[in-house]
Amino acid sequence: MSSAAITVSGVSKVYGEGPTAVRALEDVSLSVARGEVLLMMGPSGSGKTTLLSIMGAILGASSGSVRINGEEIVNRPQRDLPRIRLEHIGFVFQGFNLFPALTALENVALALDIRGERGSTAARLATDALASVGLAHKAGAYPSDLSGGQKQRVAIARALVGDPAIVLADEPTAALDSQSGRAVLELVRQLAHQRKRAVVLVTHDHRATEYADRIVEIADGRITGATDSTGVAIGSSL
Amino acid sequence: MPSLARRNLLHDRVRLVVTLTGIVFAVVLSAIQLGLFVGFQRATADVIAHAGADLWVKSTGVTHLETGVPFSERKRYDVLATPGVADVQKHIVRFGQWRKADGGQESVMVVGLELGGSMGQPWNLVSGSLQALDQPDAVIVDELYLEKLGIRGVGDLVEIGGHRAQVVGLTRGIRTFTTAPPVFTAFKRAQDYTDVAEGETPFLLVRTEPGADAAEVAARIRTRVSDVEVVTERHWQTAQERYWMFGTGAGITVLIAAGLGLLVGVVVVAQTIYAATVDHIREYGTLKAMGATNAYLYRVILEQAALSAVAGYSVGIAIALVASRGSQAGTTAIILEWPLAIALFALTLVMCLGASVVSINKVTRIDPAMVFKG
Repeated sequence: MSSAAITVSGVSKVYGEGPTAVRALEDVSLSVARGEVLLMMGPSGSGKTTLLSIMGAILGASSGSVRINGEEIVNRPQRDLPRIRLEHIGFVFQGFNLFPALTALENVALALDIRGERGSTAARLATDALASVGLAHKAGAYPSDLSGGQKQRVAIARALVGDPAIVLADEPTAALDSQSGRAVLELVRQLAHQRKRAVVLVTHDHRATEYADRIVEIADGRITGATDSTGVAIGSSL
Repeated sequence: MPSLARRNLLHDRVRLVVTLTGIVFAVVLSAIQLGLFVGFQRATADVIAHAGADLWVKSTGVTHLETGVPFSERKRYDVLATPGVADVQKHIVRFGQWRKADGGQESVMVVGLELGGSMGQPWNLVSGSLQALDQPDAVIVDELYLEKLGIRGVGDLVEIGGHRAQVVGLTRGIRTFTTAPPVFTAFKRAQDYTDVAEGETPFLLVRTEPGADAAEVAARIRTRVSDVEVVTERHWQTAQERYWMFGTGAGITVLIAAGLGLLVGVVVVAQTIYAATVDHIREYGTLKAMGATNAYLYRVILEQAALSAVAGYSVGIAIALVASRGSQAGTTAIILEWPLAIALFALTLVMCLGASVVSINKVTRIDPAMVFKG
């Protein structure tokens, strides 16, 4: 495996202040390498989505260090974070979060539009991204005309089109049937391994474990264990 | 990549119709009220604007056209002798009583002009001729007021101020702001029709020599002629418009209605754009999570507002233009000219963009972490 795309060191997250403060994360450390699929599992409220948000430069950590492609993002001004997300991270959401007024191709192209990339080059990139998830024939279809699995594949194409080093996926199979869920997970694994993306999956879906290179268990805001895809404990989470 | 703003607008047709209805309503109401304002304003001072005089001489203290106080017409010669003056004509604008054939009466605005002169004449003649005013008891009225005056057209006989009058010509589109239609006639006959005594005139119309400065000539007349005021045509026209539009409160009422139209537009558009923003809040959150800056989101919202403004304005101004065209056949004109239409477009744009402020405030506060909440 190549060098770390994300490195989280001693990160804590506290919501609120004083006696009502809630510690969502406590001294969490882990790293994700390029080409690796990291699965974060844990019960609801364990802190895995908070950790995903911090790794995605969406939420600030209360303390500790988060490096995205070597760039420290903790204590960075809020205005810098959109650029970091835009340059380094692609997101895949549980509810797909496609834009119903746009076609599949336009949904993918939107990620480029945000970056200021328009015109024929952007159109070609979006078309290629859609083809890479096997949906070239659905370019003109609106989200309402797509199945759940197809929607999530469009969302993956959208996450990939800007060529980010990191893809963060929040419960990507939660809204899918078994077959579609497996297809999406296979796609995610392929893009990690073949295109050397660091992929972080947050899920309750135990089927996902067979597609992950490493599984991290989180409970009460702490990493409680890490195993490889065969279930063998690998000790340190870093 | 097509415009997300345009796609969002067209995607929700019902909301688009509600938004456009609000804007169209605001544009139509404002355009018609402002058009009425301009129409009224023109009507108050049309007689001055079309008189062709550079200067007006009137009694001291006269504030508007309809209340001219007669003075000796011998002052005409003093004015005529002033350097820079090319021509001077006596002129009457005064209320009179028009008696219809059926015995009913109407107030009219008698406009008395010197025959053979070149100032103070009726315009837009569509029937008869100016020369016909040479005939005994001849008057020219506007075709808009035929029914009100109880006549059918040229040749009809009536009485004004107890004196015989015969319609010899018709004009088109000379309106009055008051309820008294204008009746053009010869100066001498106008004295009979009104209470202006022989040897007196309420106004003198002055044409200056080519190249002469009207303000300087007015100053010279003031030093030579006592107990009169001399005003330029522009000044007199403005004073007349101000008196009727603002002195009487009529114009304020119309302007308030126009302002209310715009206010209603702002509220409706703000509500619909805000509702659309709230409906799309998850999409805006997704854009933020993907790395879109606030400026990108503002552009989407402002573009939606601007597109709504253009579409709503186009429909609204078209309706207002039809109403304006229709009003030309009536006694109350809605005058919509390009400068007003352009100004109204700018107002509509400002209204819609201003209505987006609440929505912009909303998206500014979106926490992109919302996208991970189920």
